[in-house]
Amino acid sequence: MEKSFITAGFGGQGVMVMGQLLSYTACETTDKYVTYFPSYGAEMRGGTANCYVVISDDPVGAPKVNQADYVVCLNDPSMAKFKDAVIENGTIFVNSSVVTIEPERPDVHLVKVDAGSIAIELGSPKCLNLVMTGAIIGYTEVLPAENVLQTAFKKLGAKRPELNPINEAAFRRGWEIGRAAREERA
Amino acid sequence: MAEKIFMKGCEAVAETAVRAGCRFFAGYPITPQNDVPEYFARRMPQVNGVFIQGESEVASANMAYGAAAAGVRSMTSSSSCGISLKSEAISWMAGANLPVVIANFQRGGPGIGTIQPAQQDYNQATKASGNGGFRMLVLSPSTLQEAVDMTWRAFELADKYSKPVMLLMDGFTGTMMEPVVLPEPLGEEQVAAIRASKTWAARGRHGGPQHKVMCGPGLDTRISQAQMNERDAELYESWKQTEVEYEEYMTEDAEIVVTAYGITGRIAKSAVGMLRAEGVKAGLIRPLKVYPFPEQAFEKLDFARLRGIVCAEMSIPAQYAEDVRNVVRGRTGIVTALSSGGEVLDRAQILEAARSLMK
Repeated sequence: MEKSFITAGFGGQGVMVMGQLLSYTACETTDKYVTYFPSYGAEMRGGTANCYVVISDDPVGAPKVNQADYVVCLNDPSMAKFKDAVIENGTIFVNSSVVTIEPERPDVHLVKVDAGSIAIELGSPKCLNLVMTGAIIGYTEVLPAENVLQTAFKKLGAKRPELNPINEAAFRRGWEIGRAAREERA
Repeated sequence: MAEKIFMKGCEAVAETAVRAGCRFFAGYPITPQNDVPEYFARRMPQVNGVFIQGESEVASANMAYGAAAAGVRSMTSSSSCGISLKSEAISWMAGANLPVVIANFQRGGPGIGTIQPAQQDYNQATKASGNGGFRMLVLSPSTLQEAVDMTWRAFELADKYSKPVMLLMDGFTGTMMEPVVLPEPLGEEQVAAIRASKTWAARGRHGGPQHKVMCGPGLDTRISQAQMNERDAELYESWKQTEVEYEEYMTEDAEIVVTAYGITGRIAKSAVGMLRAEGVKAGLIRPLKVYPFPEQAFEKLDFARLRGIVCAEMSIPAQYAEDVRNVVRGRTGIVTALSSGGEVLDRAQILEAARSLMK
């Protein structure tokens, strides 16, 4: 089983960290193969930042795919750019707090996560990416949730241990939303 | 088994170099390989090595020349147009028989090119990385584990032949992250022993009679240009037997062969798997070294059974495909799947090219 992700947003939303949390968890806590490829370039401030993650039971062929199983859009420019980069019957995760563009893709599933508002409610807008990560895991079950959380503690908590409780709360809130969407789909 | 570490390509190469006993790195910043000098800047002081950010590519490549002349395992890296600037020094390394590892994290070209990944430097790497008609062993990894293994090998090969060796990466393998298992580092005694074994190196006369000269014919009068070039020609010829390295995958009964190197090699391999699932008898030839070119792999093919060969590379115009064409000599059809300008080759392009041969 191979699952590909594109996560996209603007610089500062934690797009790369989201990709890395999934990747580090896959590498350090499972036997899965994983690749992570960040976009780089002369990016404009406020423009899109994105990364590609592939998690697989077999060696990964293409670390960058034009059509991913899952696309995560944290802002409108990302939705505009990547709404067509998801496979038929794939899923788009949307940060519905700020994204206003509809994907107009009747052939894909949409998981709306009010991540920005939840993060503010929890006390730190910075944990938006943890809400989204939780939703991704709750919905896809691509990795064990507790492992992802442990990775977050290890990687993010090393410098800012005081943020661990907020990050955990954010992750669990997201996970619930993802889980509910999964059940609704089934 | 040793621990898997999730690393970025540039950093995995730099860390492996340090573990392989590299104690001198000079470079100059250029995207997409800035993580290489950045990593060395942090790491070299920990092993009493030297990191220098030169004032230019030209200067840093010549510094690597100097360190190699002193017997130190030495490295420089750059990207495409930066490698062009280093090419004078690389030619001099070949002329002076100096073991230096050079990494090229290819970006767009010609000229300054886009900063995104590309494989536009195939001809430069395999045929003319400078004046004088010299050749280098050119290793090109598809995965970061291969990048680690090949970095280690590159230092061994450079010392074995006392010649510059190139690690042909690209912006993709440089910036992506993947789990790797790193080799055990050489101990300081081993590093010192390797240096001491280079009796030709300029390490001071220490009362001895020898005056060490580290340059090629033209300045060094002990050997004529013709003598040296004939000797090197024999060496390059011998590599065609001893240094060819490639992966074959499902070629035994293949009707379609997909061939690609570097990052495109792994994409091609997964395309072969998908074609097989469709019932297409596809196989893969993936050079691990692009110089010497793996002629043997193609000579072994059953051309009567083949419907054709798909050459995939991130270069327009095609470069690798020309070498394939020269070996195949019209015995089967060749189609290409190409990308350029920073677009990583999509697997769908390879599949489409392969299917076109099945019609």
